[in-house]
Amino acid sequence: MADVAKKQGGFGAWLFDPKRRGALLVTPAIVVLFVMNIFPLMWSFGLSFFNYKASSLKVPTFRGLSNYERVLSDERVWERFQTTALIVGSSVLMQLVIGFLLALMFAKVFPMRRIVLMLVLTPMMLSFVSVGVFFKLFYEPTFGIVSYVINFFTEDHFVLLGSPGGAIAGIVIADAWMWSPFVMLLVLAGLVSVPKYLYEAAEIDRASKWRTFRTITFPYIKSLLLLAVLFRTIETFKLFDIVYIITEGGPGSSTETIAVYLYRTAFQFFKTSQSSALAYIVLFIVIVLTNLYLYAVNQRAEEID
Amino acid sequence: MARKYREIGKAGWGYTAITTIVGFIYFSPVFWIILTAFKTRRDALAVPPKLFFTPTLDNFMSVFYRTSITTGNSQATDMGLYFFNSIFIAFTSVGLAIILGTLAAYAFSRFPLKGNDTYLFIILTTRMMPPIVVIIPIFLMFRLTGLAGSYWGIMLLYTAFNIPFSVWLIKSFFDELNPEIEDAARMDGSSERRVFFGFCIPQILAGLAATFVFGLILTWNEFLFALLLTGVETRTVPVAMARTLGGEVGVDYGLLAAIVTLFLIPIFFVTFLLQNQLLRGVTFGTVKK
Repeated sequence: MADVAKKQGGFGAWLFDPKRRGALLVTPAIVVLFVMNIFPLMWSFGLSFFNYKASSLKVPTFRGLSNYERVLSDERVWERFQTTALIVGSSVLMQLVIGFLLALMFAKVFPMRRIVLMLVLTPMMLSFVSVGVFFKLFYEPTFGIVSYVINFFTEDHFVLLGSPGGAIAGIVIADAWMWSPFVMLLVLAGLVSVPKYLYEAAEIDRASKWRTFRTITFPYIKSLLLLAVLFRTIETFKLFDIVYIITEGGPGSSTETIAVYLYRTAFQFFKTSQSSALAYIVLFIVIVLTNLYLYAVNQRAEEID
Repeated sequence: MARKYREIGKAGWGYTAITTIVGFIYFSPVFWIILTAFKTRRDALAVPPKLFFTPTLDNFMSVFYRTSITTGNSQATDMGLYFFNSIFIAFTSVGLAIILGTLAAYAFSRFPLKGNDTYLFIILTTRMMPPIVVIIPIFLMFRLTGLAGSYWGIMLLYTAFNIPFSVWLIKSFFDELNPEIEDAARMDGSSERRVFFGFCIPQILAGLAATFVFGLILTWNEFLFALLLTGVETRTVPVAMARTLGGEVGVDYGLLAAIVTLFLIPIFFVTFLLQNQLLRGVTFGTVKK
């Protein structure tokens, strides 16, 4: 392609010059990203300095940093951050434990493994809407299967979503159930990458199972575990649909995550500018987490090399 | 020696039985949803919950045909269109993202630009940000340009949504190839195009498949953007699911379960076929072959 253009000269030659090959190949992807992500991102950054309301026709006025000041001094925002941290922390921990145990189980080669693995992978493929609706049904005090089973043993009337703690547990269980398979896939990838001869050597040395795990297996999956934690933290941080469907943030505001709060500020109260400011604070946190994430990925790449 | 190998990584049918039981327990909420799809409205909300019942296909029928209670006339719903939309939009945007992502990844891997890592970081950040940050500007932008409610709008958005992962993943696959072979081919007079299509692409086909599954799972169920940016003609299934929730008679769990079950089938089969590749997909290709 480059050679043909060079003979013709002019703009084509300039464009297809081998020096520009890299830039030329990157351009289409960057253009799409710019139009659909980066430009809107800058737009909302601009909005965060005005007092724009999507529901009113008034010309927005410049407000400087006042939106940020208001958001950061709002006690409710800090409460939402605490709720989010609690949900993220417990959900990610649960995903790690379950995902890890599942991975240990599937690290072996056995007949029909491909099919059995699909049983575990399916939750990941469900939509948030359906998981939300059906888990809400499972928890339902009268019709729900979970409540029925628990009532059967305790003879008590079980209402999970009635208390703040129970509502958080309900959300965490649904989210952890859905995404533990993801952690499993990551850990599984780590387990598969352990060279077989190391295990054989350990066996010849008669090393105990625990010692084998600690000195051989764990170093190989360590950075992948970190990767799983960070990736799931970033994703759970944005958790919206499940919370909105299962509890709508209630009872009270006890399960209102920062994403739900953002949605409310933007689409129920139409405080567009204020929500943009809050969104940028969230984005900042996400960027910090992304940096940690990349650090983990690089660690992993170096270990492999 | 054979016995030792077995202990390290192989197990027999007994192990299959154990894992199947555990797997099925994990799968049971999905199983319950599928059961619900075969239940009548009365059975779906029976107290106590019913495990055994007379199955009915009515819910699957009413996904596609709605019978009016007053006149008894049967009328086709738009659900067929929504299934087509979901499949068309997801497959096209993931495909587009892979094409653009492959080109970009090849450049990032073989012809590094000035500030290569900065570009890569910015690209990844766009994927990590909460969608709510950009949703208002995108909404306004789509309304101004007339992209709201069109296939192009939502597909371009999903393409952008999938590009970051595609670039990162595919780059890691290109990085694993040996550039010396490519240089040797260049010396022998192969054109750049031939090096790319003849040498590089065939070697990363598994990687492209991984990217495809990964992107498809993430795009298939996207809800928030679809809710705000698709119109009557371009509505996707997750949005249609949410719309069955409203109404005065409460949620029709049987109908919803039938939609969920049908919607699970395509993605389930794609994942099953490309399962081995998915393993690589989730690790950003950091696990070597």
